[in-house]
Amino acid sequence: MSATSSTIVNLPDQTTATLPKRNYINAEDGMLSWLLTGDHKRIAILYLISITFFFFIGGAFAGLIRLELLTPQPDLVASDTYNKLFSMHGIVMIFLFLVPSVPATIGNFVLPIMIGAKDLAFPKINLLSWYLYWIGGLFTLAALVLGGVDTGWTFTTPLSTHYLNTHVVTAGLGVFIIGFSSIFTGLNFIVTIHRMRAPGMTWFRLPLFVWSNYAASILMVLGTPVLAITLVLVVLERTIGIGVFDPTKGGDPLLFQHLFWFYSHPAVYIMILPGMGVISEVISTFSRKRVFGYTAVAFSSVAIALFAFFVWAHHMFIMGVSNYSALVFSLLTMLVAVPSAIKVFNWSFTMQKGSVTFETPMLYAFGFLGLFTIGGMTGVFLGSLGMDIHLTETYFIVAHFHFVMVGGMLMAFLAGIHFWWPKMTGRMYPESLSKLAAVTTFIGFNLTFLPQFVLGYLGMPRRYHAYPPEFQVLNVLSTAGATVLGVGYLLPLLYLGWSLKYGAIAGNNPWQATGLEWQIQSPPLTENFIETPVVDYEAYDYEWLANKTQNEVTTVG
Amino acid sequence: MHISPVLWQFLMKWLTSSALFPREASTIAPQTDALYFFLLLITVIGLVLVGGLVFGFAIRYRQEKSPVAEQIEGSTLLEATWTIIPLALFLICFVWGALLYFRIYNPPTNAMNIYIVGKQWMWKAEHPGGQHEINALHVPMGQPIQLTMISQDVFHSFSIPDFRVKREVIPGRYSTVWFNATTPGTYHIFCTQYCGTKHSGMIGEVTVLTPDDYKKWTENSTSGMSLAQNGERLFASMGCNACHSGSAAARGPNLAGVFGSKLQLTNGSEVLVNDAYLRDAILNPSQHVTAGFAPIMPTYQGQISEEGLIDLVEYIKTLQTNYRVQQTLTTSESNQAAPITPGVVKP
Ligand code: HEM
Ligand SMILES: [Cu+2]
Repeated sequence: MSATSSTIVNLPDQTTATLPKRNYINAEDGMLSWLLTGDHKRIAILYLISITFFFFIGGAFAGLIRLELLTPQPDLVASDTYNKLFSMHGIVMIFLFLVPSVPATIGNFVLPIMIGAKDLAFPKINLLSWYLYWIGGLFTLAALVLGGVDTGWTFTTPLSTHYLNTHVVTAGLGVFIIGFSSIFTGLNFIVTIHRMRAPGMTWFRLPLFVWSNYAASILMVLGTPVLAITLVLVVLERTIGIGVFDPTKGGDPLLFQHLFWFYSHPAVYIMILPGMGVISEVISTFSRKRVFGYTAVAFSSVAIALFAFFVWAHHMFIMGVSNYSALVFSLLTMLVAVPSAIKVFNWSFTMQKGSVTFETPMLYAFGFLGLFTIGGMTGVFLGSLGMDIHLTETYFIVAHFHFVMVGGMLMAFLAGIHFWWPKMTGRMYPESLSKLAAVTTFIGFNLTFLPQFVLGYLGMPRRYHAYPPEFQVLNVLSTAGATVLGVGYLLPLLYLGWSLKYGAIAGNNPWQATGLEWQIQSPPLTENFIETPVVDYEAYDYEWLANKTQNEVTTVG
Repeated sequence: MHISPVLWQFLMKWLTSSALFPREASTIAPQTDALYFFLLLITVIGLVLVGGLVFGFAIRYRQEKSPVAEQIEGSTLLEATWTIIPLALFLICFVWGALLYFRIYNPPTNAMNIYIVGKQWMWKAEHPGGQHEINALHVPMGQPIQLTMISQDVFHSFSIPDFRVKREVIPGRYSTVWFNATTPGTYHIFCTQYCGTKHSGMIGEVTVLTPDDYKKWTENSTSGMSLAQNGERLFASMGCNACHSGSAAARGPNLAGVFGSKLQLTNGSEVLVNDAYLRDAILNPSQHVTAGFAPIMPTYQGQISEEGLIDLVEYIKTLQTNYRVQQTLTTSESNQAAPITPGVVKP
């Protein structure tokens, strides 16, 4: 580790340093002690391993999709197979990766510690939600092994109910069950944040990560049941033909669209809000400053969460909603874009007069800012009614949501994993390799998805197995980019695995950050705090930290 | 935004030839493109601004230069600025986009109507003169064309990128879109809503012809029967004319002149008779009983294809007086039964 002046890393003396003898990892031995654990940190690790597994499955599908699109002809796989590939790619990435990513892994690990609690409010429900995640995941995998689904991740009726002989019911049940896992996580977070804050940890002393997970939890608890109902209706329509979505029985196919997007629009905020929380922590830490306009950032998360329920019909502008309802939904869409814009400026100004260093999490956070800005601005294109007519259902959409979800959320997730890795494992990751990975990801990402904006404006529809030859050049570029991006994602898997054994010992607070989680040992004890901490300083109070004596930490030797 | 026409033309030529930009082949296309360039402009400005701030601050206040951070709480003035300016810009996009949307989705009254039926995996076009096409559409340039579209099975979506128009094609309801093509040539028709196995094969070509060529095309591809004439035969063969005979003693209402009128229903409500209403009245008659009549009409659900329904609707549209109904009665007595309607409608 180069200790130049451009780094704030504060590592213990590597010749004598060892991991704390007692910590949550070695507290109990054996597989069973992990599978039956109530410790939020262990459950976080279980989740981390699980979502990584599904991420690489989803990634493999992405690779195949891009490979097929290298040429205009349908030459690598048959149409059916192609449709199943993008359906499974979408289902796995959305429901098994993006939705649980930050809350279930990082949130589970650090959120209770950040507020000074010994665990989440309901440890057993927390474990249950991990099992539900896997039961749902196994249903989804079963659907795949039995022959796949080709509805797309949107399960659109009447396609899914009357016209496909694939495993829609199995996959639908899978997603239904995963939904409960996310409802339970949300519920657990809300109760924990309300009831279990340490003395002195007032609402406005909460780290912004807690605020944004709180907002996302509200969405999970209120939105996911609507998805569950929708999926039950799809299954009933398919199996016994109840006819709510079937025009020949007096049902309405557009009703499905309304119900589905009533969940799925808020769901994109379920995915992105926790990521925004990570970015707040990272930028603040590596600028050594409190987040600019803390209150505005905190409230804008909650505002986004509430407004998110009132914009679902912007997915339906071309679907025969009345012109006036289109008008209202377009206006509301523009209004939700504002809090996101506010946050981007707040994060930028956090660095003003700060003392900025460029550790890997910070590089990912810079990547986030750039990509999220592009993703957000292209959302304004789509919210603008007349423009949406031309752009919707094309590759512009694919590019837009990958910028927000993959460019935004995944960058934030990787920032968070690197940031809290020392806390989770007690060891550092290799700094130069990880910087290389961050840069590779950023370049690969842009190369993959920027051409897709152009393809979209040219009119190439999404979910196309074959396409007219004039679109080939841009598709080749995109596939080349995906290769680079794939390397960018594989690198962390390798070096983080390596660091588990060989990484430098991190110590309690390598970043000299202010959060409560950094004031305890790494990796923490099962009970987090030996004595309940009393909080008598504001969030991100670096002056308090500077005055704090070095030995004031709870390590058990 | 006002760009000088010469500059605009030059820009368009350059872009179109660079294959990074779709052709502009309808009256709407330049309007959509103008909004696109405005959006692109504010995106680039936003990106440069954010990039500048991030890199500016990061470099200016990097640790070597600025070893100790100065704590700042926030600034109401700054926050107000970056709330109000984006809000104002977004509202401009909203208004501009809304105006364009109303223009694209409200057809002019003089538009020529063509019917489109979407079906896994083809587009069928039905011209008023009775010409049928599959995965092809011939239209005259310089004239507003309205497409009245319906799907026979799942959601499809009808898109012509070079015209910048697109609209969802929905099972069980008519949707419309219109355009006015400006340049002869052929352009892609795509289905953009994922619709099953051969979704990417559900493509076609729209051919824009000069009015003269269009006239030639209609004459060469005529089947001899207009949609209304087909409808007339269907009207007779399905037994509609038994009740809708137009006479005072008839058990069903007289359909002459009914299109476009306001109709009083037994449940007290008043409806405007348009394509969608007529289609629904044939399929679900018990839900639309005209005041003064008994609910005796049977449903034709599953017995008439979407094309048949279009023919019937076109026929009813042409009925301006009782005279046509009388004529139908005569026709039906001759030996000219309509052909069996192909393909029973799927659920
Ligand atoms: C190397 C990285 C990736 C590549 C090259 C890639 C590529 C693609 C492509 C080409 C499609 C469009 C399929 C089509 O419309 O025919 C797609 C759809 C999608 N991708 Fe990715 N993707 C990548 C990573 C991700 C990640 C990391 C996520 C989520 C975390 C994700 C989520 C989705 C979703 C939700 C869809 C929509 C599926 C649908 O259309 O039903 N992708 N991806
Ligand atoms: Cu289609």
